[in-house]
Amino acid sequence: MPPTESDEVGPGGVGGRPSSESTDTEPESPTPKDSGDDAVPKGEGVSTEKGDAAAAPLPRGEAPGIRFEKVIKRFGHNVVLRELDFTVGPGERVTLIGPSGSGKTTILRLLMTLEKLDEGLIWIGDETLWHMERGGKRVPANQKHLHEMRKQVGMVFQQFNLFPNMNVLRNLTEGPVRVLGLSRDEAVERAKGLLDLVGLGDKIDSHPSQLSGGQQQRVAIARALAMQPRVLLLDEVTSALDPELVVGVQDLLRDIARQSDLTLLCVTHEMTFAKDISDRVLMFDGGQIVEEGPPDQIFGEPSEQRTRDFLQAVLAS
Amino acid sequence: MDWDWQYSGDILPDLLDGLRYTVIATLAGYVIALVLGLVWTLLRRTPSRVFNQAIRWITEFIRSTPLIPQLYFVFFVLPAWGITIGSLTAGIITLGIHYSTYTAEVYRAGIADVPKGQWEACTALNLPRSRVWLDVILPQAIRRVIPTLGNYLIAMFKDSPMLLAINVAELLFSAYQVGSKSLQFLEPITMVGLLFVVVSVISSILVRRLERRYATN
Repeated sequence: MPPTESDEVGPGGVGGRPSSESTDTEPESPTPKDSGDDAVPKGEGVSTEKGDAAAAPLPRGEAPGIRFEKVIKRFGHNVVLRELDFTVGPGERVTLIGPSGSGKTTILRLLMTLEKLDEGLIWIGDETLWHMERGGKRVPANQKHLHEMRKQVGMVFQQFNLFPNMNVLRNLTEGPVRVLGLSRDEAVERAKGLLDLVGLGDKIDSHPSQLSGGQQQRVAIARALAMQPRVLLLDEVTSALDPELVVGVQDLLRDIARQSDLTLLCVTHEMTFAKDISDRVLMFDGGQIVEEGPPDQIFGEPSEQRTRDFLQAVLAS
Repeated sequence: MDWDWQYSGDILPDLLDGLRYTVIATLAGYVIALVLGLVWTLLRRTPSRVFNQAIRWITEFIRSTPLIPQLYFVFFVLPAWGITIGSLTAGIITLGIHYSTYTAEVYRAGIADVPKGQWEACTALNLPRSRVWLDVILPQAIRRVIPTLGNYLIAMFKDSPMLLAINVAELLFSAYQVGSKSLQFLEPITMVGLLFVVVSVISSILVRRLERRYATN
């Protein structure tokens, strides 16, 4: 309920950033740090699924920004994220790099609600993902709130995670029919459009087991897009693929990035891919951001020793 | 003691009649076991800890007590509380409930076997709880446990003679009756064994065929 928000809940009022717009009626979405406060807030937290024509396969318009505020995530005694702060602007493409165990994947999993948040706040657009407002107070989100918030987010997994008991078409229509309430015909229409987009129009009746890894990942990408998310999370999507299949999937994602204005968070070890898909690169180590900047800067002339070491190790492999 | 072929031919219709009850009791009990087992499994996954533990101990109790006392309980004790049921029905219900505690464990293992990534994909697609179970988890879990569930059908079939304890006119009961009339037990009891083998072999062929049809890739 963005219009009824009290000042203390608005993202501008809580974060470390000075807010010049806290009195505005229109709530502001987080904007990228490097673009400063002059960027016009255009993000809307609530997406209107019904407004999108089934024929247009790629989501366009009103992507929300994302902001982490002092986010802490622990697994037992192991603190994976320690008071992490960062912002992703609406429609921005950000790649997270860093050694394994540095917390990159945990960030995506928190955004997809696959892990529970321990402390801090995560904003998607002008609403908190893990908290909701009740009687002017911020309380832990219930299932309904999570369900609503998740509608904006899609995720592609390293292991594809297609449903093996359904054919490709059903994998793509299950969500739109059961969650978005599309009619069967609309969902099929949308699925066909997306399969054409990912170059697998002829595999509509196949089962996942009959597809190669690369094809399965393309279907998984199509499945995520069929839900018309505003934020797309890519979790090492080419790591499980045979080397010769990697490029095809990367090219597809590049095209999707170019043709849509999704907010994109990408965890990858493919530095070339990271370079040309992202607006900004965040280098993580020990649950915190070590360094951030445009890809040219991070890959070209990193200022931190840890970034240099990491890139050297990755490129050597 | 020589085998009397004439006698064997005479008693065959009686035995087949008994076999009919054996098969009916087994199949009907099996349906109960399949459905109720799934119910146990799902009830054990509800958020309430107290409730889960209660279900756990109830099923544990049923599984750890022998079938015959359970049959006696349903057939002889329940009427004292005003619940009177026929012997065949009592047998079917008891057999079904008893084995449901086994199939519950089978389902549980099958569900645990579904990869974590499937649950996560469901969350990522925002599927409602009912759809997660009906469309994604159960179809995969059940497919995995079809061979084990099939074996329980055969196990139930072999346990069905215990129903004679509450006078169900099943196969062994019929054999006992014709035997005690003529005081010739060799033929009827041997034929009971043979009939059990025949039905068991046929069932395992069917189960294996089912298994192959639903084999996970």
